[in-house]
Amino acid sequence: MEQDNGNKLYTFLIYSENIAGLLSQISAVFTRRQVNIETLNVCASSTPGVHKYTVTAFCDEEMAKMLTKQMEKKIDVLKANYFTDDQIFINETCLFKLSTPVMLENPQVCSIVRLYGARIVEVNPTYATVEKTGMTGDILSLFNALNVIGCVLQFVRSGRIAITKSKIEHLDEYLAEREKSRQEME
Amino acid sequence: MAEKITGAEAMMRALEHEGVETLFGYPGGAIMPTYDALYDHKKTLNHVLVRHEQGAVHAAQGYARVSGKVGCAIVTSGPGATNTVTGVADAMMDSTPMVVICGQVGVAMLGTDAFQEVDVVGVTQPISKWSYQIRRAEDVAWAVSRAFYIAKSGRPGPVVLDFAKNAQTGMVEYEPASVGFIRSYNPYPEIKKAAVVEAAKMINDSVKPFALLGQGVELGGASDEVKELLEKAQIPFGTTFLGLSDMPSDHPLNMGILGMHGNLGPNVMTNQCDLLIAIGMRFDDRVTGNLATYAKQAKVIHFDIDASEFNKNVKIDLAIHGDCKASIPAVTELVSEAKHDAWIASFKPYAEKEYNKVINKAINPTKGPLLMGEVVRKVSEAANNEAIMVTDVGQNQLFACRYFKFTKPRSVVTSGGIGTMGFGLPAAIGATFGAPDRTVCVFCGDGGFQMTIQELGTIMEQGAPVKIILLNNNFLGNVRQWQEMFFHRRYSFTPMDNPDYELIAKGYRIPVKTVVERADLDAAIKEMLATPGPFLLQCAIKEEDNVLPMTPPGANVDEMLLE
Repeated sequence: MEQDNGNKLYTFLIYSENIAGLLSQISAVFTRRQVNIETLNVCASSTPGVHKYTVTAFCDEEMAKMLTKQMEKKIDVLKANYFTDDQIFINETCLFKLSTPVMLENPQVCSIVRLYGARIVEVNPTYATVEKTGMTGDILSLFNALNVIGCVLQFVRSGRIAITKSKIEHLDEYLAEREKSRQEME
Repeated sequence: MAEKITGAEAMMRALEHEGVETLFGYPGGAIMPTYDALYDHKKTLNHVLVRHEQGAVHAAQGYARVSGKVGCAIVTSGPGATNTVTGVADAMMDSTPMVVICGQVGVAMLGTDAFQEVDVVGVTQPISKWSYQIRRAEDVAWAVSRAFYIAKSGRPGPVVLDFAKNAQTGMVEYEPASVGFIRSYNPYPEIKKAAVVEAAKMINDSVKPFALLGQGVELGGASDEVKELLEKAQIPFGTTFLGLSDMPSDHPLNMGILGMHGNLGPNVMTNQCDLLIAIGMRFDDRVTGNLATYAKQAKVIHFDIDASEFNKNVKIDLAIHGDCKASIPAVTELVSEAKHDAWIASFKPYAEKEYNKVINKAINPTKGPLLMGEVVRKVSEAANNEAIMVTDVGQNQLFACRYFKFTKPRSVVTSGGIGTMGFGLPAAIGATFGAPDRTVCVFCGDGGFQMTIQELGTIMEQGAPVKIILLNNNFLGNVRQWQEMFFHRRYSFTPMDNPDYELIAKGYRIPVKTVVERADLDAAIKEMLATPGPFLLQCAIKEEDNVLPMTPPGANVDEMLLE
């Protein structure tokens, strides 16, 4: 995704130790360089004790590089990298709360839901819950299609989550390298 | 099983374990258990009672800068802690190793807006190398050891330990900790061999190499290593303010100071060299001026221990990431001996021009009121150019950095990055404790002196041998200079009505002398240096004088105004 000013949407994957206060330190790096965070997801990673942050933001590559170096400078940040969309598998999820009476008056709602590959989770006389996983564009397109009908009571979209397509696991390599230096020190 | 002691007592033992000898501090409610423990450690931990917490942090900075050890400050929660914020930010920007311990309310009261509660970790996280809240007595040993390791390793910086009251009073079986490894933090990255080879090739291929030395050389203890490289390849160099004592002032390859108020030659030649070799400096805007025209003709090699400095301001051709104490000798080994006589000689006309137009007038005036430059040079020479120069911020700092001369390492204590007025006096106190065998001279203006003037009380109580040179021009001189040059002489709140500083000094029982006439200056300086303990030398300075040469803000580095 590219903006008019040439800025691209970069996905930052950041790994840190599980120590309190890291999120505000990471977000402060973006704030200080006047880069707005578009989406943010934080969760435990597959490595015990390591947290993973998935952040998207529009900037140029030089800025993306600078941001990762400034994040890595934080004592408890293990690794920070930036990626373009072609280098990662991306997913987002969204939830809709739709008005059942409006849906009954507009039968095309159900075909739209099917067309987009969304899933109806629950229906009761008042509302229906619909869930969709996919790319930002598909999700927003589904939202727009439903919203013109006037059936959307609530809509929420998650932050992006991503895994790299690379055959190298940078975090594992880094941790192995650090473990080696620790053993050498002893 | 180890005996059970309080967290506060554990703090004392942990500080002793880290080799701390001097603490600068101020007690208060939330740190009282720690001060109570300190009472039993007075023989090993020399606590210097300051008069304001800002004084404690600046003193710790001065101590660290001259000794190379970690400075240590201890204060209470809330206002005690927030009063240290300027010093923490200053130490971060100027890479000064420091640990600040502040009291905090007990964890049960955190977040309740308790009396003297401030979110200190939240406040200091963006301006410190590490900020951590000790919530349990069990964590004291680990946190203190980690704090000192982080403060002093890699690119040094300040660490804040927020010490909750319950952690001070809680009981713990104390075992000393020694943190020497943090998985997520690699302070001494392995130096890439290929980069070293490439650097040597670039230096060997260069006809007009020019080196820029910053404080990183001194912080890395690499003055000798850098000197060897520069001498082998005959590379002329300039220094930043913080790098002034990296090399002797009179070294034949030393072309002077870089930047806005530096020397003409090194600034002009930055835009004429074919290779710029930056060592332990960060291309501050006060050094580079307009980045769009800065050294565009040159290739740039950057040696730094902090990877986030590469390509931050100036686009570089080669980064050498690591400790310069290790990387520089590796490059030196591969560099051929060379001569660049013509290139070195080409600096000379600029030095002569600057001497005739600026320097001679500044240090050898024959009539008119006293000038800052002449006072600085005379003090420097009277102390054999061996003293530690501490400065405040403003014209006093610029003149001091320009005209003080250096023969010994770790002789510069100045607030370079954030430019903290009020830094000088307390930093000088710290310097006297960090280097008790050396003469410590602090140059202050009448503005900055009054920002931390309360520390005269600390000087009095400790008998700290601070030689205070008060360069009094009844103006906030540097702002006035900018108003004259860029704001149509509209002196908006820069003239100052000054108190009687002699009376103030007498109130603190500090020997004092005021010099108005040039003829009296030498004798007064001699008296100041010969008097044991502190001394205040007040000099009546020409009111409207300008620091020159000057690169106007945003101008090109080689466009210096000489008059």
